Amino acid sequence: MSEGVRPRIFLVEDHAVFRAGVRAELGDAVEVVGEADEVEAAIELINERIPEVVLLDVHLPGGGGLAVLNGVLPHQPEVRFLALSVSDAPEDVIAVIRAGARGYITKTISGGELLQAVYRVAAGDAVFSPRLAGFVLDAFSHGAAADTVTTGLDPELDQISPREREVLRLIARGYTYKEVARDLTISAKTVESHVSSVLRKLQLSTRHELTRWATDRRLI
Amino acid sequence: MRRSSDGRVLAGICAGISQSTGIDVTILRIGFVLVGLFVGFPVLIYAVAWLIVPLDTETTNIFSRAVADRRGIRLVIAVIPLVIVTQVVVSLLHVGFVGIFSWPVFLAAGLTILIWRNASEPERVWMQDDLVPMLSVESEGPGRWKLILRITAGAALAAGGIVVLILGHPSTAALRPLGGALLVIAAIVVVFGPWWLSLVRDLMAERQARALAEERAQMAAHVHDSVLQTLALIQRSAEDPQNVVRLARAQERELRAWLFEGRAPGSIGDEVTNLAEGVGLLQRHVEADHGITVQVVMVGDCPLTEGLRALLDAAREATVNSAKWSGAPQVSLYAEVEPGAVMLFVRDRGQGFDPAAVPADRQGIAQSIRARMARYGGTVVIRSVPGEGTEVELKMPVPTSTSTTGPR
Repeated sequence: MSEGVRPRIFLVEDHAVFRAGVRAELGDAVEVVGEADEVEAAIELINERIPEVVLLDVHLPGGGGLAVLNGVLPHQPEVRFLALSVSDAPEDVIAVIRAGARGYITKTISGGELLQAVYRVAAGDAVFSPRLAGFVLDAFSHGAAADTVTTGLDPELDQISPREREVLRLIARGYTYKEVARDLTISAKTVESHVSSVLRKLQLSTRHELTRWATDRRLI
Repeated sequence: MRRSSDGRVLAGICAGISQSTGIDVTILRIGFVLVGLFVGFPVLIYAVAWLIVPLDTETTNIFSRAVADRRGIRLVIAVIPLVIVTQVVVSLLHVGFVGIFSWPVFLAAGLTILIWRNASEPERVWMQDDLVPMLSVESEGPGRWKLILRITAGAALAAGGIVVLILGHPSTAALRPLGGALLVIAAIVVVFGPWWLSLVRDLMAERQARALAEERAQMAAHVHDSVLQTLALIQRSAEDPQNVVRLARAQERELRAWLFEGRAPGSIGDEVTNLAEGVGLLQRHVEADHGITVQVVMVGDCPLTEGLRALLDAAREATVNSAKWSGAPQVSLYAEVEPGAVMLFVRDRGQGFDPAAVPADRQGIAQSIRARMARYGGTVVIRSVPGEGTEVELKMPVPTSTSTTGPR
């Protein structure tokens, strides 16, 4: 999606002050089609208005961001979710990613970066923070070869390629996609496709490191 | 052209050429090896290049240092009487081929001494790690068997030599020239003995001096990290008396712990036993002292070794440098445990600097980061572009058995 088009976004967040802040920061660059401060209302309104991107607070009264994802995606699979979280600890984030969110950002993010993330998700790409990249490297590095033999992991989904590993490593070091592309002398589009492929693996893999985080979730 | 200290396999010459010409390093290496297999001269060129091309972190090359190393040259000259003794013995025993071989052996020994003494610090560590275990006399485990084997082999050789000596020259005729040889050797020992002794004493004194200098460097690094840092912080918060008192008290406690309990200030204490804990502590300290956000990403974990403690100290220094000079509100710290090494990156998006423009003697980078890492065989790469930020890459080798990867 080019930056001239205004994506239609929906805000799910229980703090009114924060909602107002996000609205002000995004300003005219997006079209805010609705807001909700709890799960029930969010599911209903999103299914009705079908925005392009939902900014979804992970910690939400009435079942958390997870409940919203489960209430919308089965009916509206084309709605894209960008999770918002106070911390970027994996236990907060992995569950929503695996439930279908295209990425997550922390609430300390600057206005410009937030807009970038919204555009990226609207275009169907994934948003990876350094912390999430580190988590994936950690979860996918553990005895990859041995696991496939003993537990029958699917190499397509349960292992990341060396190139994907390089990309993730640079993101974990704090590089932007543009800088990653320059460092590896590949196009920004290729970086995005690597990251999207990793996101797919992160969502579909059955590696026990991922399922453990997803079931141990500390979502309130 | 410079030899590359981080991308090297042997002396870093192919990597250096690749950096200055842009040709892929793998192609250069394969080319070198192939040509070297058919005609020998690239090997010679490589060896000479190793001696005359300086490492990218240094300004002088091994050759120029060796020429200036008077003590090393005296040591090599002291080998000459040994050559004479060997020649005398050899000529008496009529084993000419040993005489021919002894020249290159002694020449090589002399050159090795000079190169060893003048190699750069990481190379010395590297040679020491790879070569010294071969020569060392260990009294435990498998080393003990090696020692027994070596003594047995030595005794067998000596016995064989004596047998050949006696059988080769039957009767007493052999003993007369042997006696003469002993006399010549005795004469050489009498003439050169005191000189050799003084050389050995010199070498020992030099070793002590080096140990002392190293200790001094370590102390300077510690004082820089703790006392000087605190003084700078105090100057900055001069209008906030409470903060000044807090800083001064904390520094006093740390200094006492160092002087009277031998605990290094600013470094990670013994209570921290693994890397992730150490990184977490570093993050909390720097965030508390310098008001900057340190974003930590860890992949894998492993127990702390001496080298990794040095790595953490260096990382702390790099992070503090970013906090003080970059002007960026956030520093990224990424650590990954790989088989055989730990990689750690400290990155900020601040104003950056020109690494070539920093004077070589500036304490921060020179002592606290580079020297600290080199002491344990680690390497440092600093990338900085004015206006874009700075990234410090630290790499510390660890024994493969201690590194474990996997989720925390």
